[in-house]
Amino acid sequence: MTDPALDAPRSGSPWQYSPAPEARELADLKANYRMFVDGEFIDGTGEPFISTNPATEETLAEVSGASESDVDRAVAAARAAFERTWGPMPGSERAKYLFRIARLIQERGRELAVLETLDNGKPIKESRDADIPTAAAHFFHHAGWADKLDHAGHGAHPRPLGVAGQVIPWNFPLLMLAWKIAPALACGNTVVLKPAETTPLTALVFAEICEQAGLPAGVVNIVTGAGDIGAEIVAHDDVDKVAFTGSTEVGKRIQRTLAGSGRKLTLELGGKAANIVFDDAPIDQAVEGVVNGIFFNQGHVCCAGSRLLVQESIAEELLGKLRSRVSTLQVGDPLDKNTDVGAINSADQLARITELADTGESEGARRWSSPCPLPERGFFFAPTVFSEVQQSMRIAREEVFGPVLSVLTFRTPEEAIAKANNTPYGLSAGVWTEKGSRILWAAQQIRAGVVWANTFNRFDPTAPFGGYQESGFGREGGRAGLEAYLDV
Amino acid sequence: MAHPPPASAPELPAELAEATRDGAALKRFLHGLPGVDQVGLEQRAAGLATRSIKKDSKLWAIDTAIGMVDLTTLEGADTAGKVRALAAKARRPDPDRPDTPRAAALCVYPDLAATAVEALAGSGVGVASVATAFPSGRSSLQAKLAEVELAVSAGATEVDMVIDRGAFLSGEYGRVFDEIRDVRESCGPAHLKVILETGELGTYDNVRRASWLALLAGADFVKTSTGKISPAATLPVTQLMLQAVRDWRDRTGQLRGVKPAGGIRSTKDAIRHLVAVHEVAGPEWLSPALFRFGASSLLGDLLMQRRTQLDGHYSGPDYVAVDQ
Repeated sequence: MTDPALDAPRSGSPWQYSPAPEARELADLKANYRMFVDGEFIDGTGEPFISTNPATEETLAEVSGASESDVDRAVAAARAAFERTWGPMPGSERAKYLFRIARLIQERGRELAVLETLDNGKPIKESRDADIPTAAAHFFHHAGWADKLDHAGHGAHPRPLGVAGQVIPWNFPLLMLAWKIAPALACGNTVVLKPAETTPLTALVFAEICEQAGLPAGVVNIVTGAGDIGAEIVAHDDVDKVAFTGSTEVGKRIQRTLAGSGRKLTLELGGKAANIVFDDAPIDQAVEGVVNGIFFNQGHVCCAGSRLLVQESIAEELLGKLRSRVSTLQVGDPLDKNTDVGAINSADQLARITELADTGESEGARRWSSPCPLPERGFFFAPTVFSEVQQSMRIAREEVFGPVLSVLTFRTPEEAIAKANNTPYGLSAGVWTEKGSRILWAAQQIRAGVVWANTFNRFDPTAPFGGYQESGFGREGGRAGLEAYLDV
Repeated sequence: MAHPPPASAPELPAELAEATRDGAALKRFLHGLPGVDQVGLEQRAAGLATRSIKKDSKLWAIDTAIGMVDLTTLEGADTAGKVRALAAKARRPDPDRPDTPRAAALCVYPDLAATAVEALAGSGVGVASVATAFPSGRSSLQAKLAEVELAVSAGATEVDMVIDRGAFLSGEYGRVFDEIRDVRESCGPAHLKVILETGELGTYDNVRRASWLALLAGADFVKTSTGKISPAATLPVTQLMLQAVRDWRDRTGQLRGVKPAGGIRSTKDAIRHLVAVHEVAGPEWLSPALFRFGASSLLGDLLMQRRTQLDGHYSGPDYVAVDQ
């Protein structure tokens, strides 16, 4: 920091952006949401639960809860649909349904974006410009595969697996649903999916979209509930394939449950990605990439660039620019179109982030938080940058899953790679340099499923996504992603 | 680099002073600047363009933008009459609403600077004159300096020079530097804006280098374009220049300005540029002393939008004085 003025709060500016909130009514919020089994919305026999708006702590809606018998019913419906309608259907016919779903997601895009923001707390500009369009893109992409599976590199006439049990997290509710359901359906499987208990609403609107698209009953079943219902699904005897995105701890439990059962499993788990900035990087764009890497979606991103590894010779300059840039991030009402960082998804998550950030300070790292004002109600955490972080500290090793960046330095490219790989995870990484050969070299050395060069957090349905080591196995997206839903 | 820096030149930190020692040092410095990633720069510009500016913050932006306009006429057909018409508009952009801020300056060719000075006497509106064989910059140094003197002796308070793009593109940074410095000296008390003509520089790396070159040579403002070449001012290019003046402030403590010119015609475009000023350079650049718009038709749209904000409905172009 060469200039203490960089720390000055932006409220000193003569220009404050007036609130520009998106209309909450667009979400068409209902008092009650029901689960979707065998083509019908049903009450479920478990305990109903409520979904809250993390930005205001207000109740959004009551959601019906599943019990073990509802899971049985959903799996049976999926089995019947697989055997009678969806499994035997030609790929060209399945494609028509998927295209229809993709178009309906686009048509109802604003409704879904506002609902996602209300339920999850993410800024409307992200749900509007990233989550929903990318979810639609996944259905478009996989619709195109449905009649071309012979050419996917998995041999002639690859067969579907059957019933897929899928459990998804709360950070990208509709997008994770799309990542799971689109390839499963394209390959001819039927699904039983459980959204996270804090963010079930867009999945239940997606069920309406399935109904609107005329999807045969039982092909998509959405059951709602907490982790115990997820456990029922993954352990169910009549499920042929399990796909889970969530924490490494739960992923390990699922793997133990399925061991020896012969059922197929893909896991997409945690991460502690390194964003490596070499001294010849395009520094202003690197700052943008670092900000995007850790503060996109409040840092609730498994592939977030939560460890910044910066070459010592430019560390001071980069940190100065970074703090200055982070100070311009607008934190607050997620429905406001100008909000850059929204609400933390739940009180539990906020407590976890707060606890881990406190260990950063007690372990000797230097804490800097954006001087942005925070709303009085709701779950918010100011964007925070820790410098002077060492490999041994908890904030350098554990996934914070929040807007907290740990900055470490390195002297040589080898040291950068050694530090980047010094983690049990291996989901993603970023490399910033103007030197093409160094990008290729680093990408080969880094143990991570995705390596971004001079950019970060770019997602595309054609690009496979997945991890190494404790970040999981299996790929989602692209040709490689089809393998998880085919009997190959 | 035959000339020592003029006595009035502010003290530069050692490493920047060293960069101006000779052509080779200048080249080393400019080529040592961090690269610009095109995809990332344009992505950030697109992000800045999504800020939603409404109500009070829109009115504030419109008034601020009006006060930053360098109302410009740079045509072969310019006459004293045209200049006087624009001068009247610059003084009182919206006669029905006397609280409307006046424009920052009137920008004309050097032979019409005297007319503009006379028409704007006592108004507080500056007179900017282009010079140095605008727009191509293709003439002798002698001819260019003579033009600067013509403008300054006519009373222009600001000089908008063009750089020699041919020299810049062939790597003769020393020559470009010397020319800017010579013009700087000839300007006397007049403010110097240096037009880089970014549409001819080809790459963002060149825009960054040319910006630093102009700042090192003593430019008060870096300006994107002549308005005669397309593309002219774009949000990524303005952003890049704002980064340069921000970095210059961080390294020297001196404040220098930015002027996008050409192609900014609507209030929406102007507000997007102000968002970039606010978030890339910082709030202190939200002033006509440090940011200008070079434009001819922008002012009309700003005035219409201002009326819309105050009246709650559109009034139409007939209520705003025509520029030509």
